[in-house]
Amino acid sequence: MSKPSEKLPGDPKTTGHTWDGIEEFDNPMPRWWLWTFYATIFWGLIYTIMYPAWPLVQSATAGVLGWSSRALVQEELVEFEEANAPWNAKLVETPLEDISKDPELQQYAVNAGSAVFRTWCAQCHGSGAQGAAGFPNLLDDAWLWGGSLEDIEYTVAYGIRNEESDDARYSEMPAFGEILEKDEITQVVQYVMSLTNAQTDDAAAQAGKVVFEDNCAVCHGEDGKGDVTQGAPNLTDAIWLYGGSQEALTETVVYSRFGVMPPWENRLTDAQIRAVTAYVHQLGGGQ
Amino acid sequence: MAILDKHKILETNATLLLIFSFLVVTIGGIVQITPLFYLENTIEKVEGMRPYTPLEMAGREIYLREGCYVCHSQMIRPMRDEVERYGHYSLAAESMYDHPFQWGSKRTGPDLARVGGRYSDDWHVRHLRDAQSVVPESVMPKYGFLEQRKIDGRYIGDIMAANAVVGTPYTEEMLENAAADFRAQADPDSDFDGLLERYGDKVNIRNFDGQPDLTEADALIAYLQMLGTLVDFSTFTPDPSR
Repeated sequence: MSKPSEKLPGDPKTTGHTWDGIEEFDNPMPRWWLWTFYATIFWGLIYTIMYPAWPLVQSATAGVLGWSSRALVQEELVEFEEANAPWNAKLVETPLEDISKDPELQQYAVNAGSAVFRTWCAQCHGSGAQGAAGFPNLLDDAWLWGGSLEDIEYTVAYGIRNEESDDARYSEMPAFGEILEKDEITQVVQYVMSLTNAQTDDAAAQAGKVVFEDNCAVCHGEDGKGDVTQGAPNLTDAIWLYGGSQEALTETVVYSRFGVMPPWENRLTDAQIRAVTAYVHQLGGGQ
Repeated sequence: MAILDKHKILETNATLLLIFSFLVVTIGGIVQITPLFYLENTIEKVEGMRPYTPLEMAGREIYLREGCYVCHSQMIRPMRDEVERYGHYSLAAESMYDHPFQWGSKRTGPDLARVGGRYSDDWHVRHLRDAQSVVPESVMPKYGFLEQRKIDGRYIGDIMAANAVVGTPYTEEMLENAAADFRAQADPDSDFDGLLERYGDKVNIRNFDGQPDLTEADALIAYLQMLGTLVDFSTFTPDPSR
């Protein structure tokens, strides 16, 4: 079957391969392609000299440029830290009450605090600090543990009812399901609802008043206005962390609630804690 | 160039070509992979790492089963924005007891490498039940069913034994007490001294999901609450030349 070669005079040389009589021209690669190819090899060699590359016995070659992603991020962090250092130092030195007297410092604190808030606090308290069921709204003037600058700073630093910090704010409402009779619970729920003028059964609410005075007034106060020193909420302001319906209140009384906030003293710097304190305080409810 | 003339032997013999191709790829693989096993700075030594407790291991299995890794990475890269948002960048050693590791390559949700201790257990319960109730902009599906699925740790010892085979240093004692430790961690009224002795004082012992039954939600939250908390970065100085 082998056909005679159809090579014409002037054609390039063939590679010498023949398959079923088909021959292959030995055309050179285009010059630009060849040089690009050589250049990439050269570039690769230079790259492995400049940057970390070749594995040796103990470690890989570090590269002439000494490049390291860790060093780079460290440098960048330090750069921003230093740029903000004078402001942060001022923020830590200035008494909390006096921060707002210096408009520039207050502006810095609020902006920095807003960034801290959106990164670390918004998941529970909401991106607008409006809170969610179980997580307090920080825009209103109802404060479980106090809304002064000092109170807020303390809460941010050490948190509430957590296991990580020994200084965390702590109080625990008993689960009255094991203490009170069923109808006593119904009555006390009716009484608590009557404090905010909700629709109630008057007779039950009257009976509940006695139950309240015997069991709840110790923390929530005779008038039900709460006590910020032990995180006992005001029951007369119609602001409910876990809901103010009869079902929700019954659940609270029977099983109690145990809201936890993590401490931030180890995750945030002092300046960041003071910044977020200033931010939260100026949202509207600060005392 | 006598050797170049001989490639006709390879080109005309498919089996031989396959064998030689395989050899070439093998050499490339050896050059790239072998050094990782002997170079001393591949995994730097850090203090604080310990194997997962039985309950955390179960939580990890649930994390894998539910495909959490599809949307969540566990790898904080050494970049300023990530360090500012999530905390110290991840170290290889922090994944040393993960088989397989959960670094991931896709973030629909945030990175979880240091989510431990960042939120309360109650937040996790609410968030698993209905993520939008606490984070309105979230697109996470609902995992409330985990609270209904009771588990007793009957098989957790087998999973730990399998991990021991691939190098996690579980002791005989840990494997024998797996089921007991599993239950003890979610019950603060139990006798958990053995658990602390085996896994260290920093183990969280709580009723994670807040309900009496031991459920998959307990295990998953126990796992999430320890992620990234083992290495104490206030005493750790990273080697920058890596």
